[in-house]
Amino acid sequence: MFFVDAFAKHMPYAWAWVLSQVILIVVFLVCLLVMVAFILLYDRKIFAAVQMRRGPNVVGIFGLLQSFADLGKYLIKEVIIPAGANKVVFLLAPLVSATLAFAAWVVIPLDNHWVFADINVGILYLFAVSSLGVYGIIMAGWASNSKYAFLSACRAAAQMVSYEVSIGFVLVTVLLFAGSLNLSDIVRAQQGVGAFSILHWNVFSILFPMLPIFFVSAIAETNRPPFDLVEAESELVAGYFVEYSSTPFLLFYLAEFLNICLMSAMVAILFFGGWLSPIDIWPLNAIPGVIWLIAKIWFFFFLFAVVRAFVPRYRYDQLMRLGWKVFLPTSLLWVLVTAAWVIFVRHGGA
Amino acid sequence: MAFLDRTARSIFFWEFLKSFSLSMRYFFGKKATLNYPFEKGPLSPRFRGEHALRRYPNGEERCIACKLCEAICPAQAITIEAEPRDDGSRRTTRYDIDMVKCIYCGFCQEACPVDAIVEGPNFEYSTETREELYYNKDKLLANGDRWEREIAKNLELDAPYR
Repeated sequence: MFFVDAFAKHMPYAWAWVLSQVILIVVFLVCLLVMVAFILLYDRKIFAAVQMRRGPNVVGIFGLLQSFADLGKYLIKEVIIPAGANKVVFLLAPLVSATLAFAAWVVIPLDNHWVFADINVGILYLFAVSSLGVYGIIMAGWASNSKYAFLSACRAAAQMVSYEVSIGFVLVTVLLFAGSLNLSDIVRAQQGVGAFSILHWNVFSILFPMLPIFFVSAIAETNRPPFDLVEAESELVAGYFVEYSSTPFLLFYLAEFLNICLMSAMVAILFFGGWLSPIDIWPLNAIPGVIWLIAKIWFFFFLFAVVRAFVPRYRYDQLMRLGWKVFLPTSLLWVLVTAAWVIFVRHGGA
Repeated sequence: MAFLDRTARSIFFWEFLKSFSLSMRYFFGKKATLNYPFEKGPLSPRFRGEHALRRYPNGEERCIACKLCEAICPAQAITIEAEPRDDGSRRTTRYDIDMVKCIYCGFCQEACPVDAIVEGPNFEYSTETREELYYNKDKLLANGDRWEREIAKNLELDAPYR
């Protein structure tokens, strides 16, 4: 640990450890928030560019400060709480969403040994936290006391539960293949040597068909277009956060984008070698792993954003059909295929 | 075969790959939008924007208080009061346009026998309060002084077609 030894001279070791962890967490959260601020702008710029627009370009150079201006706007606006709303749950919901979105990042390995909680059930933890995310949405929909918010929350719950199932099986294939639930170990299992180290990434293994399934499920899980039935402006106005304004709305927005970044990071870690450089030769492998991970996150976020621009919204029955009748059987089958591959090919039938 | 074809296409995300390449072509293509506040599109000489009351080159106001504009205004946005001035000429004492009511039809401009009331090329006059959009005679004359050059040019350009 970075500061533990320095602090330990002045206080008991346990306190020094807690203090250094808190400092690291604060630094990490600030970095994460700044990244999300730029990711928001990035998203708008991509969406604009695909539609041949310019996107925000007035606040700061190329609009770089747009998100910070928006932050200021959200913070100084009035918090409106509907008369019929359950005040406590109404205000708790965005906090739950945002907290869970932040909490998931604790197991994401930024580089070799750069992880807050190097727990050996990292994937399980991520899965649990992203499943809990639906509570924030349901609480928001219920407490708003609005039919649109409620319908949207129902849809969100059904959609997220459906796609979590196939995400779960995709995760099972990956962990079977890597032989570990620890995210750092999953990345280390993809480590190769030399100019062709990229071929050791999971995406170039038998897990390849799981990539599109994971990617599409991740879009559905985060309720992004083309699966944004939850928001469906034309029917549900804006989704489960119709009644929210100001800071609570900001928290939902933040949670949504943190989750999208998390899903991009998951794609990078599970299939594209996390912090590993694609080619393990000198100038490239000297770049810190965290830079590679961030580059991968931005790349997959780009795909998330572009998909939003060119795929029309799915109908609800199409969404459910895709989740239950296509992705679930395929991923289930692939769990068997991967298990068979690990036993019969890798271990030679042992 | 059609079934196989369709299945293969959906398995390999064919439609998505195609639309992705299309969206990438748009992504790197030329932007269709103007960089608005810094760059503006062309305006026709007949563009009907913010109103202005014009003056003759010697500084005398053109309006003779005939009230034709007030009469023709379909939105009844114009209010005029008039009485003879000290030198005996007929002038307005009040010339108000409620810019909130105005529908920018340009009938006032058409009705005016002396080209006094015109709709100029300015379209950037948004305000923070409603009251600021109740224009009075001073405001309209000030507009006329401010935009006279553009207005005169537009009238000259449009003259052959009248």
